[in-house]
Amino acid sequence: MKNKMKLLLAGAALFAALAPAHAEDKPKVEVMTSWTSGGEAAALDVIKQEFEKRGGVWKDSSIAGFGAADAAFQNRLVAGDPPTAKQSVLGFANADFVNQGLLSPIGEVAKAGKWADVLPKSILDLISYNGQVYLSPTGAHGESWVFYSKDTFAKAGISEEPKSWDEFFAALDKLKASGVQPVAWGGQSWQESKVFNMILLTQVGIDGFLKIYADKDKGEASTAGVKKTLDILGKLRAYVDAGAPGRNWNDATAMIISGKAGVQFMGDWAKGEFIAAGKEAGKDYGCMLAPQSPGMVYVADSFSFPKLTDPAAQKGQALLAEVAMDPAVQVEFSLKKGSVPMRTDVDKSKLDVCAQKGLELMSEGKIVPDQALILSPQQAGALNDFVDEFWSNPSEDSASGAEKFFAIFE
Amino acid sequence: MQAKRRRSSAATIALLPTWIAAIFIYIGTMVWSVRLSFTDSTIFPSSNYVGFAQYARLFRTSRWLASLENVLIFGVLYVAGCLALGFVLAASLDRKVRFEAMFRTIFLYPYAMSFVVTGLIWQWMLNPTFGIQASVRALGWQNFAFDWIVSRDMAIYTVVFAGIWQGAGLVMVIALSGMRGIGEEQWKAAQIDGIPVWRIYLSIILPQLGPALAASSMLLSMGVIKTYDLVVALTGGGPGFSTEVPAKFIMDNLFERQNLGLASAGATVLVLSVVMAVAPFRYALYMRARRKGAQ
Repeated sequence: MKNKMKLLLAGAALFAALAPAHAEDKPKVEVMTSWTSGGEAAALDVIKQEFEKRGGVWKDSSIAGFGAADAAFQNRLVAGDPPTAKQSVLGFANADFVNQGLLSPIGEVAKAGKWADVLPKSILDLISYNGQVYLSPTGAHGESWVFYSKDTFAKAGISEEPKSWDEFFAALDKLKASGVQPVAWGGQSWQESKVFNMILLTQVGIDGFLKIYADKDKGEASTAGVKKTLDILGKLRAYVDAGAPGRNWNDATAMIISGKAGVQFMGDWAKGEFIAAGKEAGKDYGCMLAPQSPGMVYVADSFSFPKLTDPAAQKGQALLAEVAMDPAVQVEFSLKKGSVPMRTDVDKSKLDVCAQKGLELMSEGKIVPDQALILSPQQAGALNDFVDEFWSNPSEDSASGAEKFFAIFE
Repeated sequence: MQAKRRRSSAATIALLPTWIAAIFIYIGTMVWSVRLSFTDSTIFPSSNYVGFAQYARLFRTSRWLASLENVLIFGVLYVAGCLALGFVLAASLDRKVRFEAMFRTIFLYPYAMSFVVTGLIWQWMLNPTFGIQASVRALGWQNFAFDWIVSRDMAIYTVVFAGIWQGAGLVMVIALSGMRGIGEEQWKAAQIDGIPVWRIYLSIILPQLGPALAASSMLLSMGVIKTYDLVVALTGGGPGFSTEVPAKFIMDNLFERQNLGLASAGATVLVLSVVMAVAPFRYALYMRARRKGAQ
């Protein structure tokens, strides 16, 4: 009797041990992102649905606000209880985590998916640390767009997109004469440094841009390029309204949508606002690169995977990395988020005109990274400070400005 | 004697948790921050000591220097402004006006609000494209200009405005309660002498409000060092660095720029400056207490 009881107990224990083991077979993820706005959440949902379709269990731990999500992630990482996956911008910020041994590589998934063949080399370099792939890219944003209202252009008598900075300023004058605010300016330092970067790219070219930011080159050509950039930036001050300081990017986009202003310099996430207002790319509003631009500045999102021992979570990480890079998912995701797929082999027909232009530039390699990808957070912050100071101080000349610019790399 | 010792040991035991909390939580974290300011910590604390390098860098950073200058301007004008306006408000309420309770509530109300709300309200009012300037222009004064908030030289004063608007009510309440404690007979005596009311307030009432006003200015000064939310909501530190404050500099470097070392150095400088400001004051009080004890 006693033995039977023991056997029964042992059996029950065995069964109890087996039952969760069965559930553990399913890949599980807890995903932490800052994608909480309408379009962003819809984009994340694309990945979630595909993940669940392939048998995974999904838990969403998203937190509104980029900084807030980052702070929460760091706290949980330090506490030893990280989420399975975290949305992160490609670039320097992850190097610290990798060097501390907190992230796990996903080299096998990358090899199985032949990522090396379908991603631009520069992207592949950015998701790899010490020769290993650590990040699974979700989508790229073009940052050097100039959005313009077709209505205001027509009213001001501007028949085609300006090809050079001279033509551009002539167009701004026409806009001013027609009674609209020529530039809808977003008055926060991060927005201003995006404008700085787009102008810099037009002045020094792709190689020059990389030389300045990657090699911290202060040569004659670089300095002259920065000076010319500051001249153009300074000239823009005259086309901005008094209410600009501190203005949010979406408020600036609203000025374009309502026809109060002519052009806005912004990343392609602004398309989300146009879409929400029922405007169509190429019909109601246009998107062009900054005049004379040889390429596009981009910033890209990805998932990173903290080191975990739970086998279900490890499986979940591998599956998530695979799903995020699926060609169909990449297109669907981009449509919802307004971004550009990272893969160059996707079906382009569904994308709008602006995204198609962006994808074309990307596959041709005509892209340069945003400062978040190529500078340390400290340097990127110093760049914002520099541009903000220059912009708000009309008496600063471009020569001393250029000197200050190169000082941010020290 | 025995009983006294027993009582004090009981008190010591009762206070022990507080002592432990004070040492580990307050002093411990402070020491930890100071230690970090001597390391090259970025996103995670590191134990690679770099001496005073973070401090050297801090004082080479123009944004930090601007923030020190701003907090000085803001601090002096904010405390002085709150005291002056608060005293005037208290004096006028003290004249036994009708609906005093209602006015008191109205004037104190801003103090009950979050600085974030204050900042947002003033941001809207001061925005030249749809605030006061736009409204006055819409009434017909086309040349009216009030665009301090977007001007590098004037923006810090808009922060002072908003701060005074919020803080004056507190001073008013404290000063008013002080005034109510002053004897009726002083008023009668002064009035018999034919002294005008404003003169009574300035020469008789004000000197007697010393302790009340000192307490208010202490409360206000502590708010100055912490100023963060008001600036973030009102100007975001701009245009340029023209309204940047140390607390905001520290927060930005701590989270956004992943620069624990530099942020800790800034925080340490801030703590030191508070200690330097408060220490002479505490010392004077201590000496006065000792002198009194000796007499």
